[in-house]
Parts: sequence; C-alpha cells; structure tokens
Amino acid sequence: MTAQSLFDKVWQDHIVVPETSDTPAVLYIDLHLIHEVTTPQAFNLLRERRLPVRRPDLTLATMDHSTPTVPVTSLKHLDVVAESSAATQIRAMVDNCRDFGIELHGFDRDTRGIVHVIGPELGATQPGKTIVCGDSHSSTHGAFGALAFGIGSTEVGHVLATQCLLQRKPKTLAVNIDGQLPTGVTAKDIILALIAKIGVDGGTGHVIEYRGTTIRGLDMEQRMTICNMSIEGGARAGLIAPDDTTIEYLRGRPMSPQGAAWDAAVARWRALPSDAGARFDREVTLDAARLEPMITFGTNPGMGMPITASIPDRYASPAFRKAMDYMQVEAGKPMLGKPVDVVFIGSCTNSRLSDLRQVADILRGRQVAANVQMLVVPGSQAIKRQAEAEGLDEVFRAAGADWRESGCSMCLGMNGDTVPAGQLCVSTSNRNFEGRQGIGARTVLASPLTAAAAAITGRITDPRTLLR
Amino acid sequence: MEKLTRIDSTVTLLPIADVDTDQIVPARFLTTTSRAGLGKALFADWRYNKTGTPIPDFVLNQPEAASSQVLVAGNNFGCGSSREHAPWALVDFGFRAVVSTAIADIFRNNAVKNGLVPVIVDASTHAWLLEHPWSRVTVDLESCELRLPDGQACSFPLDGFSRFCLMEGIDQLGYLLKQNDAISTFEQERSWKP
Repeated sequence: MTAQSLFDKVWQDHIVVPETSDTPAVLYIDLHLIHEVTTPQAFNLLRERRLPVRRPDLTLATMDHSTPTVPVTSLKHLDVVAESSAATQIRAMVDNCRDFGIELHGFDRDTRGIVHVIGPELGATQPGKTIVCGDSHSSTHGAFGALAFGIGSTEVGHVLATQCLLQRKPKTLAVNIDGQLPTGVTAKDIILALIAKIGVDGGTGHVIEYRGTTIRGLDMEQRMTICNMSIEGGARAGLIAPDDTTIEYLRGRPMSPQGAAWDAAVARWRALPSDAGARFDREVTLDAARLEPMITFGTNPGMGMPITASIPDRYASPAFRKAMDYMQVEAGKPMLGKPVDVVFIGSCTNSRLSDLRQVADILRGRQVAANVQMLVVPGSQAIKRQAEAEGLDEVFRAAGADWRESGCSMCLGMNGDTVPAGQLCVSTSNRNFEGRQGIGARTVLASPLTAAAAAITGRITDPRTLLR
Repeated sequence: MEKLTRIDSTVTLLPIADVDTDQIVPARFLTTTSRAGLGKALFADWRYNKTGTPIPDFVLNQPEAASSQVLVAGNNFGCGSSREHAPWALVDFGFRAVVSTAIADIFRNNAVKNGLVPVIVDASTHAWLLEHPWSRVTVDLESCELRLPDGQACSFPLDGFSRFCLMEGIDQLGYLLKQNDAISTFEQERSWKP
C-alpha cells in the first residue's frame, strides 16, 4: 500500500461518495461549528425548503462575532449594549437553535466563547475528524490532526441539511520547521514568518501539514495559533499530526471520549500521522532557530518582517503603494519606535490562557503608556474564569488595560469594539486588512509578547528588551 | 438562480492584487440576516468617503460600471474571510464574472454557488485586459473560454459540476439531498462514530 499523509487518511475516512471527473466527492462532516453571523441565511434556506437539521448532535453552536464583549445579562439587556442589527442577529441565532433542536452555548452558559476556542476546550475537536464552520479560521482545529476548513453560508446550509459537503480533493503542502525557537519568539512569529515567505496566496489550492522538531515541541495552544493562520497563506486547512501532547490535552475534557471509547480513540489517533515516505505536492522549510519576533507593516498578513528589519521596497506593485499610503509608512524605514494608539490582545489566534500569561508577564508591575488604549479579551468564558483564578485580570487592570467578556471583539470590529480612524493598533489577531478593525484603522499584527511590549512603551518595541 | 451560458459585457478594472473579502464587504455590514441588498455595501470603504458620498475616482462610481457584468481584478482576488456576503454583494451590484490570475479557494467556492463565474486567466490575457478598460469580452461557459474583442480566446478552468450547476441555474443542495441513502449507509457502517 502506498504511503499516506495525515490529510490522505482523514480525507479517505470521510468519503461517502468518491469523486469522479464529473462530480466532486461527497465528504462526511463530523463536527459543524456554527455562530450567529454566517448562519441566518442558511437557516432561512432550511425553512424555505422545509428541511430539518440532519445531525443537531454533531452541531456545536455559540455566539462570538457580533456579540458584545461588555457583560450581557439577558437577551433584553442586549438592546442596551449592542447595535440593533447585531441584537437582531443574536436573537435569530437563539431562535434558530431552538427551532432546529441545536444546543446553543449562549449568554446563559459558562461554555460560551469564540467558536474556534471552545471546540478544542470542550474536547469536541479531535484528531481524525472533519470539522467545518462558516468562518475561515476553522483551520485552527487542524492543530489536532483534524481536517478543518472554512465554508460559506450556502455550504453551512448543505452541512445542516445533509451533514456532508461536495469537495474536490485539494493538493498538499508540507511545511517543515526545525530548530530551537529563540527566546521571545513564539508560534505567532513562526506563522507570520511563513506567510511572509510564501505569500498570502502561497497555499491556495493546498492543505498544509506543519511538521518538524519545532512543531513537535509546541504545546496545543501554540499549534492552534499556527494552524489558525493557514488561511492567511491561502491554505484552507493546516494540519499537525496528533501525538502525546494532543492526547494529553484532550484527556478528560467534557466531550472527549471516556473509558473504553477513549482507549479506542487513542489507538485510532496514533495511526493518523503521515506514513514515512508520504508524498506531498510541495514542500517548504523554515529554520526556527533563525527567527525573530515578527511584525507586519502593510495591509495583508504576508506584508511582515522581523521586528528589527526595515520595510522592504516593493513600490513597483500598486497594492504595495496603496498599503504604504494607508499605513502611513515608508519602505526603507523600520517599524520599531512608531507610536501606538491601541493594543488588542485577543481573537481566535491569540486569546488562550498561555497568551494571556505571556502578556501578564510583560505587564506585571508596569503601566500601559498614557496614550495607549489596551483591550484584553479572553477567547472564552472558561479562559476568563481561569485567568481570573490566576489573578491575571488584576495584573491587566492594575496596568491600565480593559478586561472584557469573551468574543471576537476588535479582530473584526463588528461588535462595538473598533479602532478609531487613523489610529495604529498592535493586534494579536490575524488580519491587518484595510478597515478590518474599524474604518481607517491601521493594524499591525504581532505576538502577544510584542503587543504587550508596545502597550508599555507606547511604541512598537522589540519584546526581548522587556522580557524578565 | 438564473441559467448562465454566456456573458457579453464590458470589463470593469480593479488592478489591485490580493483584494480581500473585508474590502469587498466590510464586516460592519455582516450583521444582516438576509442575503439581499448587499450591492450597496460592495467595496464600501473604497467607494464612499466618510460622509457616505461616492468617491468619483473609484471605478464602481464611474457610469460605465453600472452596466458592466465582468470585474477584472489583480492576482489572488477574494482572499481572507469566508463571508459569502462577498459574492452576494458582487452579484447584487450586477457582476456575473470575476477575472484574475488567481482566485482564493473559499471565495471561488462561494462564487459558483451564487451565479458568479470565477475566471482564472493566464498572465498575458490578464495584462491585456488591464490595459483596456471597458473593453467588451465574452465569458462562454459552454467552451470555458474568455474571448477578447479581437476574437482571441483564453480557456479557463472550471470544475465540471460547478459549470453544470451554473449553466442549469441549479444549486448543489438538490444533488446532495439525493445522496441521502449513501449518507445513511455511511453513518451506519463507519468504523467509529464522531
């Protein structure tokens, strides 16, 4: 039998009807994550056609995108704190889940949070599963060796109605990352360096498998940060082979298999890693030992560089000129030292406990610069409680940062949290597109360490100068 | 969806690479629960100034754009978010095809489900188009060709199933629903249960 990659194995295991030259494969979906923004049109479709949800038990629902990060005590209270269209959308989610028999992790539940944070946290995300969501950062779940990718609302309707998707088999891209990560360099820096290298379309048509000694040495939260941003390199999915780290993370979680089922699952997961000699359509390598903290200077995640570097000259490209104008920066100049207005810690990329601990380590005993507004938004209500149990919230508040309820928040500025026009925000999120964080907002993507350092000095700062 | 076999139209040029779906429809318009009426949000932050007045220089504000059905954009169109609001907005504005040298995966998937043809062309055809604003082209789904005014044809890749659905004006859900027996068998016979 030919050697198979992790992707090949998961793909093969979910084929209901194989693809032909005329028709795509019918692929079974094991876990469908849904949220309030990309589902209303899909539920409308089901209503129009009088279709039920085929597997409410394989559907995990929460509210995160248009949901405010100030406390919402009841649906009635929502009208006070949310825009009316967002409130309507959130109510529609509550109604849709009730009408179609889907359990909703809503305001009344302590399990609510960003959809890509709670899936793993609850143990619903597991190796070997196919996982989709009407959200491009579904790639996050690939950190567990699941095949996970983002879909549009029409396909959300397809999965609700049939638990299946029509898919053509993508190509594979192996990203080999070896070497010891230097101090102050994190998973976020790895993925920003990779996207700077391959470009925002480098992975188009491909599924990535991240491999190598560096990846093996990362904990699950760091692996999720890397897989999360696969889509920023154009790849719909990014996978990491399950290992002891994966299995230990999942042990005992509420939706993880229990007892004999756990042993059977672990045996199955152990067989998932790519076979020796598995073929990939493309390969890319990255030397982790040579990485530095990364920072973006432009208006897409591929416009990134080491924090000590100067902006490269690509003025031949109209998109680059537009980006430089928008960001009010110049080629040949560094980003270091640029004044910062806002610092955002959060998003499905970097809002987990280890991210918050890193930020607290930089902030402890220091003050956020007077001219900086700092927002810290945990990825889930569970993370919020864990952070508070450790006293991290006290560290953030004492430093002058704002500590919020969980949600997507300022990552996409559609929930009341926005960066004012013209202001520069160092953000731990995943996209620095024009206007992403608010009309005219200028976004610089960085790791939690780099963002925290900027908050303290009020300027773009090499976090290694503030490490203790 | 309307049946689509052939589009004869002028081309609207947006010669910017890596146009992301946040530009196509900014997130603040995503609190809608409908798919209708998003044409007004299309490229909102490039199209209107702070007070909501159209910016005359922007290509969609030029009178020719109103009747154009083909948008020609820079490389890697539609990257970023999976929001289907992006093709909904393009179609609502009047576009039926998007032409580029590369189109992002999720956008492409969403486009074909909404009567918007993703047309990937070679670099020289792309370059010719970018030098000829408002030129008239034909996108032919029968032959999967984009034809330039001089009759030169450039073939483009389009998955046969998507092409069939576009040409028949049918959505893909009907096909999936017909697989019900196969899906049930799969659910019963698979070696492990999620």
